[in-house]
Amino acid sequence: MSTGTPLAEAPGLAAPAGQPALVREPGSLASFWRRLRARPSAVLGLAIVVLLVGVAAFADIVAPYDPTATDWGAVRAAPSLAHPFGGDEVGRDVLSRIIHGARASLGAGLVSVGLAVALGLPIGLLAGYAGGWIDALIMRLTDALLAIPFLILAIALAAFLGPSLTNAMLAIGLSATSTFVRLTRAQVRAVAAEEFVEAARSVGNPPWRIALVHILPNIVPAILVQATLTIAAAIIAEASLSFLGLGQQPPEPSWGAMLTVAKNFMDQAPWMAIWPGLSIFLAVLAFNLLGDGLRDALDPRQRT
Amino acid sequence: MLRFIAHRLALAVPTLVLASMIIFALQQLLPGDVATALTGEERDPEVVAFIRQKYHLDEPLPVRYAYWASGVLQGDLGESVRLQKPVSELVLEKLPVTLELACLAMLVALVIGVPMGILSAVKRGTWMDAAANGVALWGLSVPNFWLGILLILLFSVHLGWLPASGYVPPGENLVENLRSMAMPAFVLGNAIAAVMMRHTRAAMLGVLGSDYVRTARAKGVSPLRLVLRHALPNAAIPIITLGALEFGQLLSGAVLTEQVFSVPGFGKLMVDAVFNRDFATVQGVVICTAATYIALNLAADVLSAVVNPKLRRA
Amino acid sequence: MSADMSTDIAEAPGAPLLDVRDLRVVFDAEGGAVHAVNGVSYTLREGETLGIVGESGSGKSVHVLAMLGLIPRPPGRIAGGQVLFEGEDLLALPERRLRRIRGGRIGFVFQDPMSSLNPGMTVAQQIVEPLRIHLGLSARAARARARELLDLVRIPNAAARLDQYPHEFSGGQRQRVMIAIGLACRPKLLIADEATTALDVTVQAEIVALVQELKRELGMAIIWITHDLGVVAGISDTVQVMYAGRILERGPVDAIFADPRNAYTLGLLRSLPDLGRGRAGRQRLHQIEGSPPDMRHPPPGDPFAPRNAYATPRCRAEMPPLAQAPGAAPGHLVAAWYDLPALIAGERPGAREGLRPC
Repeated sequence: MSTGTPLAEAPGLAAPAGQPALVREPGSLASFWRRLRARPSAVLGLAIVVLLVGVAAFADIVAPYDPTATDWGAVRAAPSLAHPFGGDEVGRDVLSRIIHGARASLGAGLVSVGLAVALGLPIGLLAGYAGGWIDALIMRLTDALLAIPFLILAIALAAFLGPSLTNAMLAIGLSATSTFVRLTRAQVRAVAAEEFVEAARSVGNPPWRIALVHILPNIVPAILVQATLTIAAAIIAEASLSFLGLGQQPPEPSWGAMLTVAKNFMDQAPWMAIWPGLSIFLAVLAFNLLGDGLRDALDPRQRT
Repeated sequence: MLRFIAHRLALAVPTLVLASMIIFALQQLLPGDVATALTGEERDPEVVAFIRQKYHLDEPLPVRYAYWASGVLQGDLGESVRLQKPVSELVLEKLPVTLELACLAMLVALVIGVPMGILSAVKRGTWMDAAANGVALWGLSVPNFWLGILLILLFSVHLGWLPASGYVPPGENLVENLRSMAMPAFVLGNAIAAVMMRHTRAAMLGVLGSDYVRTARAKGVSPLRLVLRHALPNAAIPIITLGALEFGQLLSGAVLTEQVFSVPGFGKLMVDAVFNRDFATVQGVVICTAATYIALNLAADVLSAVVNPKLRRA
Repeated sequence: MSADMSTDIAEAPGAPLLDVRDLRVVFDAEGGAVHAVNGVSYTLREGETLGIVGESGSGKSVHVLAMLGLIPRPPGRIAGGQVLFEGEDLLALPERRLRRIRGGRIGFVFQDPMSSLNPGMTVAQQIVEPLRIHLGLSARAARARARELLDLVRIPNAAARLDQYPHEFSGGQRQRVMIAIGLACRPKLLIADEATTALDVTVQAEIVALVQELKRELGMAIIWITHDLGVVAGISDTVQVMYAGRILERGPVDAIFADPRNAYTLGLLRSLPDLGRGRAGRQRLHQIEGSPPDMRHPPPGDPFAPRNAYATPRCRAEMPPLAQAPGAAPGHLVAAWYDLPALIAGERPGAREGLRPC
């Protein structure tokens, strides 16, 4: 749904028990792709994501300068042919820093959400499938975690872990985990109530097999949608932590940290503030568009 | 209804207790010796020993938690090593500033988000709907600290209409107070407005498709009355409940907004504490945030019960 | 079918209260337009009770909702036709003028009284609304009238119940409230859309009896839409059978029950548990096999032909017009290429279950 509610499940994904989960037939991958392609905004989101990932992956080749190399001639230089995005407070090329900064942003988005899924999925599977006191305990714990606002928890974690990009990712990932626990559990309960799972159980499949073979594939779409939207939230969170000085440490480039410095030179060098912010906005927008598109494409009933 | 409230309260208490445990356990993440870490730059063995004794650091974690929790219950959130002040005092000093900011931001969010959501639901499928959705997507994707910087650039640096930073207490000068709060409140409310717009739109679409709205149309009710009298009150319950959940987002965002505009509130307190390795203050701020958040959700539940006639008379 | 066919052969002389001419309604959905109503024409006299019967998707509800602008638009739209109500074409009226007719001269009663009443407004607030809008009554006068209306629909202790919410009423009482709202402005026409479907059988009978009493008192015309022929038998002057957005048969209630001319009507009659019309008690209940056509691609001919054991090749190719059935009561119209009485008579007694191929 949004970065505005990184911790709320995307609406409609947490189907109440008894309702069919999103995509059922394995053969629907092609039709899913067709439905996704039919949404211009989703295609735009996907294109920007691919572009950003490409830029981040080949930053060394794409970037015209070394992102940490200073050039006294380019100190707070206005945008020019040599420095299209201008120079920063110590004469580093802003464009090169933006390109390399994509690594920190996208890396943080992907790694932290990967961590949240890797932790949240098994725990949610356990809660939804085991039920009983295990479920009750896990649910109370996630309730408690969700009571601490996402970014506040991430800041607190980062504060105790110490400032570094790795710790920021860890903090964001841990903060987002409870979302995936809740979502997985709700999905598992919805799918487990369905007839084909009942059938699998009646022919004597062991619980672990039912969980992995019969339930897991059916909840992947919902997780995928939530993961995409959470990446958007995580990119903002990383930028926020870096802006506060709790993420990427100087002189390594990060969009959030670039804004911290830019704030002090707003009147002399506004381009220092424009480009990093625009980059964050574009990356977050792309993942939001893609996530919204994925949700619509995966669940036609949800369309409004 | 009292039973309903009691039930919600009974659910909120264990959540708060568990949250406090998690927050307390955070200090275990500190690298190295906790006592040394807590003292910060102070390396005097006497101080370290004092801290060790004061926080019962030789005891096992559950016992330490018990000491801390009983303190918290009596309003003792510990002492700020840095500022040499009780954390509760700091919190009470900063809380009103953040609450004012949060309320103004929520006002901005409601004033922008709810009418936009209503409009896009009523005019569903038209360019107005598309435009409202575009605005919402912008609000959700723009980092609020960047928006803050841009606004300062425009309204303070270039136009000079509004102060770039600083805070004037409302008791001192209300006009100056509102001038200093205008940009922070807008920046903070912007993202929430987008979320409120989406919630309002979804809730209104559900209600507008309902049988009783059709009944009202069959009675010859005018479109304006249909939306305001028949649809909106019934859509209000999910809007209130989901809106309250956004308060967490509001507090998260306040940390950054206060940083950008140098507003001396809760978020600024927390960030300063983080950099001064003032961990008691960090814990205190987080536990207060969690408690506020849980209380607000409880209040939203109660409020939606009051709005809902089925629960009102039950 | 032509629009004039049915109106020409129609009932009594003089301008009818409602004159529907070749009404067509389409819903634009993904995967193609759904043709929900495909040229429906009929008339309704003042004070007449018309029962419209059909299964869900037959267009029976959609066409009345569409003529008063009550279908969601988009995706719904009116693709053609005229609907003259007291001489005015409802389809040509701007929404503002249509609003003055809805709830004023035409009242509605909807299916589910639980979901059709606003859960957040008291019963008084909901009854008062049309009175203030259409009759311009003051708040005080409207409230007094609301109390009278609750008395009228036989809700005991009306004064005390005015300020209660819908959830504090039983299902049958809620439907009485709906009827009070529908009749609030003394409409010329009351449209009841599946008004008893969501109710218990005993409550259904009470509501039907109430409507009949009110009709005797107030004399309005009624369109009673239902999938239940049994309810129609008790309440209607005229019965109209709809299928796949068309009228397949229409006539005086006795004629329809005694002398059905369309195989679909026959199927509906045979699926009734007790006709009380001299048939043997041991007669088995029938079910019409198959399912209604996909209205995104309506069949070229008689839409019921694929499910009809009596269908001829012509039925599948060409839609029969709705016309006076030969040898039937005057005003008994049917759309069929086959001669149903002859076909039934030609069957051996054992083979009379022709409508149920398996």
